[in-house]
Amino acid sequence: MLTFDNKGIYCARADLYIDPWLPVNKAIITHAHADHAHKGNKHYLCHTDTAPLLKLRLGNDISIETLNYGEQITINGISISLHPAGHIIGSSQVRLSYKDEVWVVSGDYKLQDDGLSTAFEPLKCQHFITESTFGLPIYHFPKPAIVKQELHEWIQKNNEQAVNSLLVGYSLGKAQRIIEMASALDMPIYAHGAIVNIQQQLINAGHKLYPVQYASFDLIKTLKPPYLLVLPPSAIGSPWLKKFNPYEIAFFSGWMQLRGARRRRNVARGFVLSDHADWNQLNSAVLSTNAENIYVTHGYKSIFAKWLREEHKLNAVEVETLYEDDLLMREDTDAAL
Amino acid sequence: MQLFNKLFQAIDQTTSTNAKVNALVDYFHEASTGDILWSIYLLMGKSSGRVIKTALLRQAAYKLSALPTWLFEESYHIVGDLAETIALCLPPPQHTKLYTLSQTMTFLASFSALPDDEKEQTIINRWMEIPASERFLFNKLITGNFRVGVSKQLVIKALAIKYNKTANELAHRLMGNWHPHQTNLEKLILEDILSEKSFEPYPFFLAYQLEGAPEGLGDINEWYVERKFDGIRGQIIVRNEEIFIWSRGEDLLTDKFPEFHPLKHSLPHGTVLDGEILPFKEDEILPFAVMQTRIGRKLLSKKILASAPLVMICYDLLEYKGTDIRDRPLSERRKLLKQLVDGLVVNTSLMLSAPVPCSSWDEVRKAREEARAYKCEGVMLKRKNSIYETGRRRGSWWKWKVDPFTIDGVLVYGQRGHGRRANLYTDYTFAVWDNNELVPFAKAYSGLTDKEILEVDNWIKKNTIDKFGPVRTVTPTLVFELAFEGISASPRHKSGIALRFPRILRWRRDKIADQANTKQDLLKMLDSKGDK
Ligand SMILES: [Zn+2]
Ligand SMILES: [Zn+2]
Repeated sequence: MLTFDNKGIYCARADLYIDPWLPVNKAIITHAHADHAHKGNKHYLCHTDTAPLLKLRLGNDISIETLNYGEQITINGISISLHPAGHIIGSSQVRLSYKDEVWVVSGDYKLQDDGLSTAFEPLKCQHFITESTFGLPIYHFPKPAIVKQELHEWIQKNNEQAVNSLLVGYSLGKAQRIIEMASALDMPIYAHGAIVNIQQQLINAGHKLYPVQYASFDLIKTLKPPYLLVLPPSAIGSPWLKKFNPYEIAFFSGWMQLRGARRRRNVARGFVLSDHADWNQLNSAVLSTNAENIYVTHGYKSIFAKWLREEHKLNAVEVETLYEDDLLMREDTDAAL
Repeated sequence: MQLFNKLFQAIDQTTSTNAKVNALVDYFHEASTGDILWSIYLLMGKSSGRVIKTALLRQAAYKLSALPTWLFEESYHIVGDLAETIALCLPPPQHTKLYTLSQTMTFLASFSALPDDEKEQTIINRWMEIPASERFLFNKLITGNFRVGVSKQLVIKALAIKYNKTANELAHRLMGNWHPHQTNLEKLILEDILSEKSFEPYPFFLAYQLEGAPEGLGDINEWYVERKFDGIRGQIIVRNEEIFIWSRGEDLLTDKFPEFHPLKHSLPHGTVLDGEILPFKEDEILPFAVMQTRIGRKLLSKKILASAPLVMICYDLLEYKGTDIRDRPLSERRKLLKQLVDGLVVNTSLMLSAPVPCSSWDEVRKAREEARAYKCEGVMLKRKNSIYETGRRRGSWWKWKVDPFTIDGVLVYGQRGHGRRANLYTDYTFAVWDNNELVPFAKAYSGLTDKEILEVDNWIKKNTIDKFGPVRTVTPTLVFELAFEGISASPRHKSGIALRFPRILRWRRDKIADQANTKQDLLKMLDSKGDK
């Protein structure tokens, strides 16, 4: 029912693409991250909560149709519905069925509950398309509650020394989680413009999120340390960081599990907080679908596919997509949003 | 190990030197004296020794992680560090026991004596009883690879705060060979005697690279200009007709350098020389590679001694007739040094580093530029009235190295990086043209920005023409400017040359592969340098 071509994941019978990276007529968008939501498509179909984020990224004039989770439409005999992926607000798995055949495109997902996005829904299917960003047995993410506690300790230590805490994470998804975790401390939170925009857009759309203030340089000059500031990854290494002196800086990502990745980012402190599935989550997600055919995209796809074949005797193949291998880069460039 | 692990994490998670010193002082307050002794040993960069073969360690890790070998190895390749990979792959511990650092070190000592077939189960048991958060540190200790981001100077600074001693005294006390099994904290740090430590070197005084114009240093007449030799920085110590030779890395190398041994009878008691140890034959300095080969040898045959005889080019005198003269002006120390060396009746191994006469900074510039002709790396600038300080300091000593050689090479192979470059193609091989063929001549890892690394990584993945193990052959397209410090002929390499410290200077986006340099260009550099 689905094929992979040079534009993305294609359904010929319904004549639509899922997360295409080149312009097409009809595109279903799993979520509003840059590597999944590209510009230039004629018509977009996405979850209700994704629509405002898509507009923020691609402009208000795009043609969008929305669905709620579980709501079903039929195109040329194919039933299509969206189901929570637990990745970020609005992120969806796409379920397509035709007669007895069921495919699920999971997009990006995680099984951990982040308290912001709707929790991942396991779906039965015969064909499952999975990501593999953290598809190695070295990735075991701690519970968010533990990360939250560590974060509070870290901020409090900085506060005691009158040092600002700079919190760095991807502006869509991660930043909202960081802000929710930090908000419990009851300090005002300042943020980079890109993050303020997203936060505001989500609040306007009815999400109950903690408001953040735009950290203009004029405002920053008037602040006495310690304060909290949330920044996108592109901020690391930027010369204007010194305007926030004295500070300690921390980066939030699943990559922070590796010491090497932390060094490469040139940040001393890393918090392991991810919107992707770790090794155990990937395995349990795949197995819970009962699918025989697994298509592995972005990340350690050849390794994870080989593991699924050998360990679970599944018919797992790696699929070339343009989301692959460059997640680190995407996270960086996406700060412009 | 809870406290030591906490210290390790604290140091590892900040870049602020103040925060590091605070964490150290806190630790010295909280830990027991036995643990402090071990922690100093480890923090000063001394190895705990490898007590298990890597192959055995891997076996144990495969077994406990219950992962297929190939998957463990793939993971290792991406993490780049065995201790870390193991720590990440193991299942959660069953019950946690809290061992102190000393207890852990005692365990390691007894562990190393176990027969191999008992080691696997012993280490598995240990892994399962220590907290998951301590496994990385434990693995680092068991492989003898413990390292943490503090300099010796910072450790000494924290100890000085805790024990109310001067940093200089502590640096002196902590130098050289000592082991927690043979001493205790009282003797090492607290006791008021130093005399029997006659073999101890002084902490070396190190210079920073001069940035900006030398004119900023003031009047040229206040400065000595010397050549910066490219050998092994060392101290020769003669006391009570015994000789000790220390390298800057604080290795005791006396046995490796027999040519200096006669000095124990000819130099007066209480002499400490600072200088550069170099291979020197028939009035000529030999390439550094000759020195490296010699250092690597376990046994020094007559042939090796004859082919790479060593000398020390002396530039400072730290102790004269038993008196520490480090706080006398350099001009005075040099005078005494010259007297001493000139006064030797038989001298085959000591030379003086003669100042290069310069009456203006422009002449210094010239001296720097011609450094390579003298097989030197540049010049040293030392204030004539400078005292001999401790550690790397700015102000009265500067090194001023020549600009490196540069060449444009074509990227031909990419290999996935280790460690800090997990999961990215970051190890590159470069080639130059030899007629119509590209000949690989250098590997380089560093020099690009994070953004560029990602871009090149992405490019490599899209332009692979062949995969061979972890190596990808790419379409020869990208050109990079490489810098290196030295070049010498090497029949072992296909290109016929070997480079010293090659690194990427910049990405030449303005050039296409055809415009890269040729093997001929490299050989010309070899000629101009005069090495055969
Ligand atoms: Zn995403
Ligand atoms: Zn993605």
